[in-house]
Amino acid sequence: MASLMRFGRPERFVVPVLILAGWEMFSRSGALPPALLPAPSAVAWAWLDWVFNIDGNTQSYAGHWIFDVMASTWRVAAGFGIATVLAVVLGVAIGWSRFIEVTIEPTLQMLRPIPPVSWIPLAIIWFGIADKPAIFLVFLGAFFPILLNTIHGVKTVDRNLIRAGAMVGGGQRQLLRFIVLPAAMPSIFAGLRIGIGSAWMLTVTAEMVAVKSGVGYVLWDSYYFLRYDIVIAAMASIGLLGYVSDLLIRLIAARVLRWQHGTTLSGSEG
Amino acid sequence: MATIEISGVSKIFKDAMRKTDVTALTGVDVTVQRNEFLCLLGPSGCGKSTLLNMIAGFDKPSTGTVKVDGQVVEAPGSDRSVVFQQANLMPWLPVWENVAFHLKMRGAQKGERREKAQIYIDMVGLTGFENHFPAELSGGMNQRVGIARALLMNPGVILMDEPFGALDEQTRMEMQNELVRIWQHHKGTIVFVTHGIDEALTLGTHVAVMSARPGRIAEMIHLDLPRPRDITSPRFNDVKRHILDLLRPAGAAAAHS
Repeated sequence: MASLMRFGRPERFVVPVLILAGWEMFSRSGALPPALLPAPSAVAWAWLDWVFNIDGNTQSYAGHWIFDVMASTWRVAAGFGIATVLAVVLGVAIGWSRFIEVTIEPTLQMLRPIPPVSWIPLAIIWFGIADKPAIFLVFLGAFFPILLNTIHGVKTVDRNLIRAGAMVGGGQRQLLRFIVLPAAMPSIFAGLRIGIGSAWMLTVTAEMVAVKSGVGYVLWDSYYFLRYDIVIAAMASIGLLGYVSDLLIRLIAARVLRWQHGTTLSGSEG
Repeated sequence: MATIEISGVSKIFKDAMRKTDVTALTGVDVTVQRNEFLCLLGPSGCGKSTLLNMIAGFDKPSTGTVKVDGQVVEAPGSDRSVVFQQANLMPWLPVWENVAFHLKMRGAQKGERREKAQIYIDMVGLTGFENHFPAELSGGMNQRVGIARALLMNPGVILMDEPFGALDEQTRMEMQNELVRIWQHHKGTIVFVTHGIDEALTLGTHVAVMSARPGRIAEMIHLDLPRPRDITSPRFNDVKRHILDLLRPAGAAAAHS
């Protein structure tokens, strides 16, 4: 994992640089009107103004980037946090108890194929136009991947470890806390990584439709004003935020799962 | 009062898929006195592990009773600790946390756990490896951690299910000597499952020779060979020959004579 923090390997920059250079050349060639496909340099300029208010070319957004990012990040954090707590608790319960599995799982499995986006009408009626419908959608998007991975992690706990735990005098609660939960951690983190991706997708979707702030809102609003440079800057911002939050989860995972070091392929890379 | 009393125990496994019953054990009576070292010796499939699991409380007899210290065994308990065939350590905990896992379950503070763990880590010769994770240790070292974990519980009975089965010959002999040393120093009742005749004769004060299908005790042998035991001495070989005769299938024994 330490290699994530190192930028000593130059080959990682080759593909992005080639794409940017090709795009810049294509935009400047005049094959498309520059307003429809702005060059990377134009995007960068708009982005810089959005962040630092350089010449005010992004008008009301100039210097406003950090607030838009914070608005979106807050929605992701809230929805993802609620999803994590609920999905892990419920996942452990379902994985551990046959009774709870039979009682709850069929209902959840029926809700799961419904795309979170299709909840938007209901979310707006229930929660109005503000943070809450976005948080609700993020929650829906992150909940199921975390839940399914937690269930899988609990169900595949080595039976012999439970025996060893019962042998040293553990009751049901201690077995869950000291054996089942730590043993399921690798699966839970896999679920968190899938979940954080869905979380960003759904924040942006919700902001386009049901919220009047955040990076997704800026993206959609700029589209109405034909400011494709800002649209692309917003897309890039979302990509960056998604990357950073995934990196954060990976760093936490590397710390929590350091006992796997050297026993798995991913562990051997650091 | 005997420490372990097994009377009239049989175990029938229902094979639901094939709709047949498999008799793993039948009519087993064994008593183990305090501080005895009993080896359950027999071929695979003779039910020796099943018998051990019933003493541990992982399995229940179909008929008969298993009593430890006069109490009928219903469930696993910290009065009987088990050393498994695979060490079964928690891979996410360092050595010392694994050794003191029993104390963690009982909610002991970190300082106390660390201090107690050190005593048993030293006893099994793992000083210096306290903060290693199980994946960083060899099979033999992991098994030592498992033994330290069992010893820390300070149980009346230690149950061992072929704990050295997965080790190479040299490590196994070393571990056997270590175990005898710890047992002599520590005192306690041990039931040790093995399919190795030499191993049983090196370790036990008693050897219960078992035969298969259905599993039962063929003979209970009391060993009073002096320690450390010389596996090449004539007396050792006399007992070994006797056990080999017991273990030989009936047909082969007839052909032999």
